[in-house]
Parts: sequence; C-alpha cells; structure tokens
Amino acid sequence: MKSDFLKGAKDGLPICFGYLSVSFGFGILAVSLGLSVLSAVGISLTNLTSAGQVAGVGIIAAGGSLFEMALTQLIINIRYSLMGISLSQKLDEKFSTFHRLLASFGITDEIFAVAVAQKSVSPFYMYGLISVSALGWVTGTFLGAFAGNVLPSSVSGALGIVLYGMFLAIILPPAKTNRPVLIAVLIAAALSIVFKYVLAFVSEGFAIIICAVIAAGFCAFFFPVHDEEKEAEE
Amino acid sequence: MSIIWYMAVMAGITYLIRMIPFTLFRKKIKSPFFRSFLYYIPYAVLSAMTIPAIFYSTGNLYTATVGTAVAVVLSYFGKPLTVVALCSALAAFAADFIF
Repeated sequence: MKSDFLKGAKDGLPICFGYLSVSFGFGILAVSLGLSVLSAVGISLTNLTSAGQVAGVGIIAAGGSLFEMALTQLIINIRYSLMGISLSQKLDEKFSTFHRLLASFGITDEIFAVAVAQKSVSPFYMYGLISVSALGWVTGTFLGAFAGNVLPSSVSGALGIVLYGMFLAIILPPAKTNRPVLIAVLIAAALSIVFKYVLAFVSEGFAIIICAVIAAGFCAFFFPVHDEEKEAEE
Repeated sequence: MSIIWYMAVMAGITYLIRMIPFTLFRKKIKSPFFRSFLYYIPYAVLSAMTIPAIFYSTGNLYTATVGTAVAVVLSYFGKPLTVVALCSALAAFAADFIF
C-alpha cells in the first residue's frame, strides 16, 4: 500500500513540474480576468483540468449562465469519460467502488497516460500519482495568481500565452502525422475564427462547443477510428 | 451571480464526467461513431480554444504572434509540452522589447 503510493508519487513528479508552469499561466489568466487568488486556487483544487478551467474562467468573467458553464465543461471534459472507461480495464481487485469514487477525481490527460501504461493499477498508486500532480497544479495556480498582481505587465502578459502554447503542443504533433486529426483541428479553428469575427454575439463557451462538436462529428462520420491503440493514447 | 455557484457547477460537472464511467462502466463503448467522436473531441476543443484566442493572450498582437510562431515550430518538432509552453512565453517576452 505504502510502496504503491510512493511509486505513484514518483511517477507523478514529471507531471507535477509540467503542471507547475502551466497552472502558473492559469493563475495569471484567472486574476487578469478579475478573479481573486482564492477563487483561482479553489478552481484548480476542485477541477484539476486545464482546458475546462480556462473556458470556465472565461465564462465567469463574461457573466455567462450556469447552463452554459455546465454544457461547456461537459463538452470539453467528456474525453475523461473515455479515459475512465479505458483505465477501468486496468484496475486491480483492490479497486472497490469507494476507491473508484475517490480516484476518478484525478483522471487528467497526463495522469491517465501514465496510469494506463502500467500493467495493473492499484488505488494507492493512483493516490500517489494524483496527489503529487495536484500539488503541482494547485501550487502553480497560487504562484501565478499571486505573482500576476506583482509582476510587471511585460512578464505577466508574456506568460498569458503559456497555456495556449501547451494546447498547440498537444494538437500539432498528432495533426502532423494523422490527417483526420489535422482536418478536425482546421475545421474547429476555422469555425472559431468565424464565431470570433462574424458571429460575435455567440458567447465564447457556446462557440467552443459548437466548433468542437461540428469538427469532431464531421471527422467521426467521415474518418471513423478503428485502431484501438490510437484511442488508448488519448 | 456569486462565483461560488460557477465553481460548484464547474467542479460538479467535471467530477461526474470522470466518476460515472470510471465507477459504473465495466464494458467498452461499441458504437464506432461515438468512439471516434470522443477520439477527435480533444483536438477540436483545443483548436477552437486556441485559435484565434492565442493572438490576444499577451495583450499585444505582435508579441503574441511571435510567441505563437515559436510554439508552432517547437510543437511541430515534437518538443515536450512544458518546453513549448515556456519557450513561447519567453519569445513573447523577448518580442516585447522590439514591438
């Protein structure tokens, strides 16, 4: 039990450092949109996800509806459902319903990627992995939110790009080798530009949902994925 | 509206999305369309969130464009997430001295 936790914690260290820098950017973004340091840290502590949080603080800043918030989180984070299903195949016999309820909180892209590569996954391995990763995520958010008020605008401005840079690093390598992914990326980007400059009355959260559903739906219809390994990489 | 309601909805929905399949689902999704849809969704979401927002992310179109160009090149060559993210910020910061 203890050794499982330590192994998970050790495997979580690279995630922790990665999250530190990215969540630093989220902290700065949240404060620049008018959120308090406490709210920014609270959101990171209770959500533990990058894209959903960025869209979420955008909706809060714009005074969007709770329905828009719920739907946006659903669409952006629905991928965790697939990851949860995939990871559930690897759980060992100690993974009772109670442990599933607890560990599911920490399913992120990176934590999933590390956990699913294990032969079998125990509850305390997940807890080690999640706590170390979450520590980096929350600490980085606090530092970014706190420093966002103190740093000169040239520095905090430049750091505003951190999260988007990370998003590009996630989508571009697969888009380079996988044509349907490239098509999904291009359709979504093109629609997003249309919403920004032509259909500006549609709020940001809904615009993201519509762009993503059309792009992913189009590609799912015309380029269905057969290879199971591709999905496991997700 | 109080921010606490937004935070509760955000956290609640995000948790349920993770918890329900992980706890209840013991089989795999069969529908090829739905599986494919879930496969493409992350890329579509991130793309829609990034374009064109990244060009406004630094508060200066020119520094943001420089940062974006650096991020695109480094991503294209498959550099790690943290490297891409930090180098694009560094490039935007450096560009701030020019523009």
